[in-house]
Amino acid sequence: MLSSIKKYFSDIYNGVKSLFTGMKVTGHYVTHPSEIITQQYPENRDTLKMFERFRGEVVLIHDENNEHKCTGCSACELACPNGTIEIISDKAIDEETGKPKKIIDTFVYHLQMCTFCNLCILACPTDAIKMAQTYEHSVFDRSELTKVLNKPGSKIMQGIK
Amino acid sequence: MEEVAQNIETQEYFINMGPQHPSTHGVLRLMLTLDGEIIKKVEPHLGFIHRSIEKMCEKDSYQQVVHLTDRMDYLGCHINNEAVCLTVEKGLELEVPERVKVIRTIISELTRLSSHQLWWGVMGMDLGAITTFLYGFRDREMITDIFEETCGARLTMNYNVPGGLMFDIHPNFQNRTKQFLEHFKKKLPEYDELLTGNVIFTERTKGIGYLSKEDAISYGVTGPSGRASGFSCDVRKKNPYSAYDRVDFKEILFMEGDCFARYQARIAEMWESMKIIEQLIDNIPEGEYKAKTKAVIKLPPGEYYQRVETPRGELGVYIISDNKKNPYRVKFRSPGFSNLSALDKMARGFKIADLVAIMSTLDLVIPDIDR
Ligand code: SF4
Ligand code: SF4
Repeated sequence: MLSSIKKYFSDIYNGVKSLFTGMKVTGHYVTHPSEIITQQYPENRDTLKMFERFRGEVVLIHDENNEHKCTGCSACELACPNGTIEIISDKAIDEETGKPKKIIDTFVYHLQMCTFCNLCILACPTDAIKMAQTYEHSVFDRSELTKVLNKPGSKIMQGIK
Repeated sequence: MEEVAQNIETQEYFINMGPQHPSTHGVLRLMLTLDGEIIKKVEPHLGFIHRSIEKMCEKDSYQQVVHLTDRMDYLGCHINNEAVCLTVEKGLELEVPERVKVIRTIISELTRLSSHQLWWGVMGMDLGAITTFLYGFRDREMITDIFEETCGARLTMNYNVPGGLMFDIHPNFQNRTKQFLEHFKKKLPEYDELLTGNVIFTERTKGIGYLSKEDAISYGVTGPSGRASGFSCDVRKKNPYSAYDRVDFKEILFMEGDCFARYQARIAEMWESMKIIEQLIDNIPEGEYKAKTKAVIKLPPGEYYQRVETPRGELGVYIISDNKKNPYRVKFRSPGFSNLSALDKMARGFKIADLVAIMSTLDLVIPDIDR
């Protein structure tokens, strides 16, 4: 009888003690705000920088002359597991040799289907595409996610085979 | 009063738990047969998030199969990727560079840590402690940063390719990992203070959801859940792959088989994971980050199987090849599916609230079960 009463009170004591052990930890953080790591997103949009390898979306690299390196070889289209990339190619006359060659007409990229697996980037023989570090992709209409990556009027750089 | 209670006719009834229930952590539907609040039977109904990943693998090349496994157990995606790559490498009889093996092991253990951190936070939340959720995510954030810098993604990393890695580790990788270890060694004891000793938590987990060693073996419950029942099933010890043969770590075994033992097993595993990373992080051998492979991989005809230890248990990848550029058949033996099958056995005779604790300690990831 006596021992059970003793156990009853020691249980209460140990229980309350365990609760205070936990509260000591949380109390520590209340009194040390410098250890809190929460970011104030989206207020910090301007300073927020993603890592250079971060995979946000596929982009076609254009230089200042509006030229890119894509030859229209479709290697990225074949490497893509889910048909995210569609290369619509065209024929043009090579100025140097006078022979017909393949160029891209439209580089369609369906962002809504992309799994960001990076396989297209690895497949490209001329390093024409890369991953951009963008991160806010929500839109009001799904069709806005289908993008044309080659800019209007852009053409292929000299000397890219 | 007693007499009245005896004369009342009671009957069992059914209740649906899920598919939209916060403590099932995904779209899992449980059909419960109840007698009052006592569970008589649990029938899991699956298929709400079935994406036929195994079938999709049949049309993909071996490089493409890897990224689909990110979408199975998304908390252990690096280990899933590794499993596919190891199987393909086995088929090609390809020896990957030492550097790849060590990096794969380090990132696997970081994955295990981040998975267990998330589990710890969510487990606390399931049992009514929201604080743990925030603390678990705080420490996990450091690991996802490491992943983001080196692999380019936080969750679905797809960092492995057959033959090695997609790119070399980032120059900051070692420093960041060491910083994390230093940080987490101080923070892991906090986990114990917050939850392990907490009287409410121990009352709700000790002696709940007992699973015997025999049952663990016959249901194929692996991972920390199996080891908490005394079933020694750590693939990293039994069948070492990558760099696990050269590191020194303990296989965590508990004999109690209840929720608290499963909880303790995972906490103890976090210490072991940190030990593994510490042994390797300064000894990454120089060399290539990828062995040479052909652009189009064709496996010789035959069957290939490789098992790995994910945070949830044993993942097996089985590939049948008929010498084409895509596999003839792929089968994944996912740990979550087998672990879930023991749920009925564990939950019978306990109350509904205990079922939440049992499911939490099984650490179910539904896309891993449904695939
Ligand atoms: S990242 Fe993957 S899914 Fe996206 S376009 Fe490239 S290959 Fe296709
Ligand atoms: S982006 Fe690269 S791989 Fe794709 S079509 Fe252009 S050159 Fe070929």
